[in-house]
Amino acid sequence: MYVVACIKQVPDTTQVQIDPVTNTLVRDGIPFIVNPYDTHALEESLRMKARYGFKAAALSMGPPNAEATLRKALALGVDEAILCSDRAFGGADTLSTSKVLAEAIRKLAQDDEVGLVFCGKQTIDGDTAQVGPGIAIRLGFSQLTLVDRIEHLDFLSRKIRVRRKLEGRYEIVEAKLPAMITVVRELNRPRYPTVPMRLKAARSEVKVWSNNDLKLDPNGIGLKGSPTWVSRIFSPQRAAGEMIGDGLNDPTGTAKLLLEKLVARDMLAV
Amino acid sequence: MSEVKKLKKPRGKVRLIEGKCIACGARCQSSCPVDGIQMSEAGEPQIELSKCIGCLKCVKACPGSALEIFYSKEELEILAQLAGQQDLAEDEADPEELARRELVAAYRGVWVFIEQTEGEAARVSWELLGKGKELAAKLGVELSAVVLGDKVEHLCYEAFSYGADQAYLMDQTVFANYRTYPYLDALCHLVDKFKPEIVLMGATGMGRDLAGAVATRVKTGLTADCTGLDIDAKRNLMQTRPAFGGNIMATIMCDRFRPQMATVRSHVMPMPAQEAGRKGKIIHVSLPINEADVFTKVLEVIRDKKAGEVDIAGAEFIVSGGRGLMAKENFAMLQELADELGGVVGASRSAVDAGWMPPDRQVGQTGKTVRPKIYIACGISGAIQHLVGMQDSDLVIAINRDKEAPIFEVASYGIVGDLFQVVPAITAALREMKAASNGVEVKDVKAA
Repeated sequence: MYVVACIKQVPDTTQVQIDPVTNTLVRDGIPFIVNPYDTHALEESLRMKARYGFKAAALSMGPPNAEATLRKALALGVDEAILCSDRAFGGADTLSTSKVLAEAIRKLAQDDEVGLVFCGKQTIDGDTAQVGPGIAIRLGFSQLTLVDRIEHLDFLSRKIRVRRKLEGRYEIVEAKLPAMITVVRELNRPRYPTVPMRLKAARSEVKVWSNNDLKLDPNGIGLKGSPTWVSRIFSPQRAAGEMIGDGLNDPTGTAKLLLEKLVARDMLAV
Repeated sequence: MSEVKKLKKPRGKVRLIEGKCIACGARCQSSCPVDGIQMSEAGEPQIELSKCIGCLKCVKACPGSALEIFYSKEELEILAQLAGQQDLAEDEADPEELARRELVAAYRGVWVFIEQTEGEAARVSWELLGKGKELAAKLGVELSAVVLGDKVEHLCYEAFSYGADQAYLMDQTVFANYRTYPYLDALCHLVDKFKPEIVLMGATGMGRDLAGAVATRVKTGLTADCTGLDIDAKRNLMQTRPAFGGNIMATIMCDRFRPQMATVRSHVMPMPAQEAGRKGKIIHVSLPINEADVFTKVLEVIRDKKAGEVDIAGAEFIVSGGRGLMAKENFAMLQELADELGGVVGASRSAVDAGWMPPDRQVGQTGKTVRPKIYIACGISGAIQHLVGMQDSDLVIAINRDKEAPIFEVASYGIVGDLFQVVPAITAALREMKAASNGVEVKDVKAA
């Protein structure tokens, strides 16, 4: 049985900057990383492999250079790494991304049953949290989002029990296998690759599947299969602030000045 | 018409505007019907002019407005000749566009999904009704609430009081606990039957779980975490959301598909005024879903007391601390000010990462979105991820030693100073003022 971790290569968004003059993204030298939430998905698939003897596969969609991300997964111990890469997949929104990934999982299942798919709860570049549910619905898998603990996995009855972390509450949920699970950070602590594993990973193969392998209708994938499109991008508007008082030399006076202004604006009622 | 046809309108060729490409991921290349675009190493398009047919597809696909059409000298001359007859040539809708218009016309109305747990609605649902009302008015259509659950009819009346004209109600025991598949079946059934043009949901754990599932099955677009929603001249929904960690804003369209779906976080849209006793129509719908066919069971719901203690997302006053606080103990100073204001203490990501405050106090993109009356940022430099989470506060006060700190760009009032002196000074001044006012409204004190 396969356990699949879906991972994405993302720009380290904490380092993305806007050029104040041209109003465009400064992208020179921005490092690419594995989406942080996905590292927890990957870790969980490796734990499943260790505990139940599953075959662990890492799956990604992206440009050819996303292979580096999958090589990291190989270094951590996955058995197979698959990159879905094709010009026809380019410009995909979440709907058409989930279509490609679901089809890749279906193709993998021809080889052996896929029992579990792990995804990060969202990516840090898109932040949509939509691809996981997209995969689950397309494959008819149980959908379990925001999981922070795997409570129990029962092979014989094909059931899984997890804890979901929601706003102000937790839910203990039981569902049938196969299941798609999106994970939050609290689930586990990702491991680091060892040097021997890294060396081995460098020699291992990252399989690349194009649309020749997946055979999806070209009109339903990539940009053409994406209902949403970006019509405009712009820098967030910022209202310039009014600097008040001299906080360095006269904190008390400045504090009083501030309160006066708040009172004048009817913002404070004692 | 036929006389006009003699002069064929030149289509021009496309070119890249220097410096505007954002390397979005080859959208232009994917959209080109004649394979006329290759991508460079840097991810920028290289256009083969001999292939370009001036179809505009790449220009429309480009999110950065980095592509434009240019014309040769001869073409410009023809264009000048045509200028007088322009309006005739303009309205040549292609079959693709006509099919789109037909599909889109079949969908009418704005829907808001009312999220509930144990019969209690999530606040974001009411906030969305406020926004939904505005959108429905612009479109000239009705605003509907969608209520799913067990014994939840009262939520329909509550929805009317927040502006819904009607409510679709599916009241069945199988909907008692949220599970993806029964809710998915129910919502898809409603969408198929009543065809709304816009569906809004909260970007909560439940909302995102359901919205992603519904959009996939209905085969339509979904935009997550919108911060702005509006209608364009062609009746399409303009969905604006932060991208790249909030560094830029993007307006997303879904004009070829219906419904147009969007999720919005709590506290991003203002809460609408409630009008008690406002009436609306309830449309009862049911679906034969058998509990035995639902393979997902909610075995237990555990209320998280910790998260219940302090609700920064709902607070009216927030005093937030960042790296500048230097140590965990120093947050006591912020707590004093917060107590005086009747508010709560929040924190930036760096303060949470340092272990000074628990994660549920984190304000920002990976934390919570807040919209208090007053947000006081102490020793917070203002990373974009933080600004995204607090910039909609009614009033922002920033206290920082570094006068260049980006937080001052969003602050209504900025104080350059040592927070260890300024914060206690504000607390003291506030106490003094309270003592003087003796319980009277502060504005009276000022007058006195």
